[in-house]
Amino acid sequence: MVVTPQLALRVAILGGIALVLFAVIFFRLWYLQVLSGDQYLAEANDNRVREVKVEAPRGRIVDRNGTVLVDNRTALVVQVLPERLPDDPVRRKRMTTRLARVLSRDPAALRRKIRRDSRSLPFSPVTLKTDVGLTTVLFLQENQSRFPGVEVERVFLRKYPHREVGAHLFGQIGEVTEDQLDKPRYSGVALGDRVGQSGVELQYDRYLRGRNGASRIQVDARGLPKGELSVRDPRPGKRLRLSIDFDVQKAGQAALEGYGLPGAFVAMDPRSGEVIGLGSNPSYDPNVFAKGVSPSVYKRLQDPDNGAPLANRATQGLYPTGSTFKLITAVAGLESGLLSPATVLFDGGSLTVGGVTFKNAGNVSHGAVALPRALQVSSDVYFYRVGLMADQKGGDIIQKWAGRLGLGRGTGIDLPGEGAGLVPTPEWRNRLFRRKLTDRPWTPGDNINLAVGQGDLQANPLQMALAYSAVANGGRIVTPHIGMRVEDSSGRILQQIEPAARRRLNLSSSTRTAIMQGLRAAANDAGGTSTPVFEGFPITVAGKTGTAERGAQGDQSWYVAAAPFDDPRVVVATTIERGGFGAEAAAPAARRILAAYFGIKGKKAIGTAGEAPD
Amino acid sequence: MAGAGSTPFGTGVQRFTEPRARILRLDFLMLLGTLGLIAFSLVTLDTATATDIPGSPDYFVVRQAAYAFVGLAVMIALAAVDYSRLRELRVGLYASMIGLIVLVLAVAGATRGSRRWIELPFIRFQPSELGKVLLILALSAFIVDRLRRLSDRETTARIMLLALVPTLLVMAQPDLGTSIVYVTIALALLFVAGTKWTHFAALGGLAVSAVVLALVVAPAAGVPLLKGYQQDRLTAFLEKDNADPQSQGYQLNQAETAIGSGRKSGRGSDAATQTRLDFLPESRTDFIFAAVGELYGFVGAGIVLSLYALLIWRSLRILTIAKNLYGALLAAGVGVMLMTQVFVNVGGNVGIMPITGIPLPLMSYGGSSVIVTLIALGLLQSVYVQAREAAASKTEAIA
Repeated sequence: MVVTPQLALRVAILGGIALVLFAVIFFRLWYLQVLSGDQYLAEANDNRVREVKVEAPRGRIVDRNGTVLVDNRTALVVQVLPERLPDDPVRRKRMTTRLARVLSRDPAALRRKIRRDSRSLPFSPVTLKTDVGLTTVLFLQENQSRFPGVEVERVFLRKYPHREVGAHLFGQIGEVTEDQLDKPRYSGVALGDRVGQSGVELQYDRYLRGRNGASRIQVDARGLPKGELSVRDPRPGKRLRLSIDFDVQKAGQAALEGYGLPGAFVAMDPRSGEVIGLGSNPSYDPNVFAKGVSPSVYKRLQDPDNGAPLANRATQGLYPTGSTFKLITAVAGLESGLLSPATVLFDGGSLTVGGVTFKNAGNVSHGAVALPRALQVSSDVYFYRVGLMADQKGGDIIQKWAGRLGLGRGTGIDLPGEGAGLVPTPEWRNRLFRRKLTDRPWTPGDNINLAVGQGDLQANPLQMALAYSAVANGGRIVTPHIGMRVEDSSGRILQQIEPAARRRLNLSSSTRTAIMQGLRAAANDAGGTSTPVFEGFPITVAGKTGTAERGAQGDQSWYVAAAPFDDPRVVVATTIERGGFGAEAAAPAARRILAAYFGIKGKKAIGTAGEAPD
Repeated sequence: MAGAGSTPFGTGVQRFTEPRARILRLDFLMLLGTLGLIAFSLVTLDTATATDIPGSPDYFVVRQAAYAFVGLAVMIALAAVDYSRLRELRVGLYASMIGLIVLVLAVAGATRGSRRWIELPFIRFQPSELGKVLLILALSAFIVDRLRRLSDRETTARIMLLALVPTLLVMAQPDLGTSIVYVTIALALLFVAGTKWTHFAALGGLAVSAVVLALVVAPAAGVPLLKGYQQDRLTAFLEKDNADPQSQGYQLNQAETAIGSGRKSGRGSDAATQTRLDFLPESRTDFIFAAVGELYGFVGAGIVLSLYALLIWRSLRILTIAKNLYGALLAAGVGVMLMTQVFVNVGGNVGIMPITGIPLPLMSYGGSSVIVTLIALGLLQSVYVQAREAAASKTEAIA
């Protein structure tokens, strides 16, 4: 065959087309492989590598003797990856309905949760149910094809072996919030990790939380694992040793519970501020929070009609303190020079000021009394007179000393959410009156009421324990704390928690002696307000009763004590709402707590007086 | 010419030795390209199919090697035959092509929504693959028949109609990619035969109208001519972000990731995660080029493309030395068939063309494709051998 020019041209055109096509492909390959190769390699690696979180167990929380208060347990949670759910709305709905039935949850609520959570945190698994039974898990795993996107994961949950005991101390853990993640103290925490959100769990979170590990696994296109690439082991959290003594804590809560009334107690070392026991009644079982509490249960735990079990009355209570305040009035009177330990004031059973008559409880008359005796028998008129004298002298003497002793402000305890309370001053009441928030301005009667812990005063048992500690230790305002030290799992001390005293008051020794003598006599000598309660108690206690009148809410029973008298190692403050006179409820409860602290058992621990139930 | 041709012992002896000498006159460059691609295919399949069938990692490699072996044998046998004789069988060839494609439409079982093959022992016979070669043989013969009236519009119309019948049947299977190859083959044959430019202009106008009719007018009128997935494929390379693993956009994205991650020199068999962990879909058939790109990088992909360029160059070269027009047309048909398949397949893999699901010649796993490609290359070898012999006898006659 002869190759004509026409054929040659056409073959050349074909060749030219081929050349152009190959050139286009080569340029495209150059672009993909040489210019963008690194980027595609990274994409290929993203494709195949999944990082799986290996959760670190949180540190345990133990009491001062090593008794485990907060432990861990593993639980299975069912999660769903929203982006792997079926795209088709009908199939999706059918699947979620099926899943809801398996998890025995409401399908609509389940869908709502998936929708809400995946909107706030796209591409992360939504936890549908925590602590799922093994049979359910096995069922889901065997029928994986019918539940696309559903995963089962093993997580650590908190376990509280002693249930109600110490419930108010520990607090809860929960998923880290986005606000928290912005803070430097949460560096190393990833979205979805659980951190302490209240109580000691929050306060000491950075020790307790440990550091999650990660396992990098290779997966195929179906997401099936094809071998582990690398592992970073989780670092378990540190152990936190509390200054709490489990026996004291348990005795305190049992004593309060025995009355069936709302109340609280604090037991504290006056020298260091170590809190040995701190509780509030009613209590609750924190185990219900471990796997996520339902809104209805949560509501009931907050309901005042149910006693608001979540409230920690020991640090958040806002109560008048009754006669336990007389210690503060005594310090103010002595240190300001209004009084001396020997100053004798006449108690005729009542005092009338500005047309208002202030009476002793039970209308008794104690006659001429000096300070120790006034504390011993709890003479109201004596302290009414001190209150009146302080008001006349001006300068808010009692209020200032109440503030110095820790009232009206936070104590600095390592528990979040403590209340400040209120010490009423003329300025405060007059301001309210000017704003028409109250019906009358300040009168001397307000100061008279304050002097015996009545009226507008608001304080909690921890503040009272702190004030009594200051007198017991000679003037130091310690920082109450529950955390004692951080240890590794073998018990080696990593950090001692010893917050310094917040301030030092220059209390003269005569002030201390006079008051301590009065408190000792009140619990030991004939005529002392709590002498019957402490009859037969082998340790010498110095303590003061209080009965706060709260109008329609009845009388609130108070007791604050330091023991042993000659060298106090523990201060106990108890209060019981509607508990009547101090000696009726709060003092017997304090005796039980002191008995637990000193290891006193049997009959001697309980005593015979008062209405302490067995 | 070589050896026997220039012996001084007379013509009788020379003719007697010819049959053996013919084999030695194969186009070795083309044979080199053919064997090179087969080798590349086997090596790539070894990685790409290692985990496809648990327990038998060599299943697909062994079968592909067997298909290649059978195909090479047929290729050499065809090379030894004078292709010119096939021209006489044009009607039978055309009829059997139509018959086979109709047969597949009629009896083959539905698989994945398309009916493309007939189950035979050892092989899934795909008539539309064989149809490519039958179409080249028959159409070339019809064109040679009407050579004198080539400038008639009627000739062009007839040839195009003859091509359109199998094209539409294949499209109905549905196999859009192969039907594109059919049309390209017919156009290339007319082009090389010398059809007037005005005819091509008219055909172009008709084609544009047909596309508008199929893609715009018919769907608007409620008669969708393309199946949903075909339309998806045509537009997939425009939307690569689709995360649905079933979508074409996802497949294309994975193919590009595989190719790109191979970078200059490839990731090697063990590290080629896109291919090994099945992120790359259809890595032994439609997307084998992407697997090559990941395994052997720009260098490996470049070698494969160069081997195709070699085959296409050889086919155009053979076109010009063919001893008759029929041979030239066969060479043109085979060359353009290879060119179209390579460009459509590789273009789909690298994201510059819609994915149409046609095999990459000699590389993609599949008996029909491999054997038919080798048959086509056998015809090409035959054209070459015949050209050489004709040239030799001409030289001899002059001498």
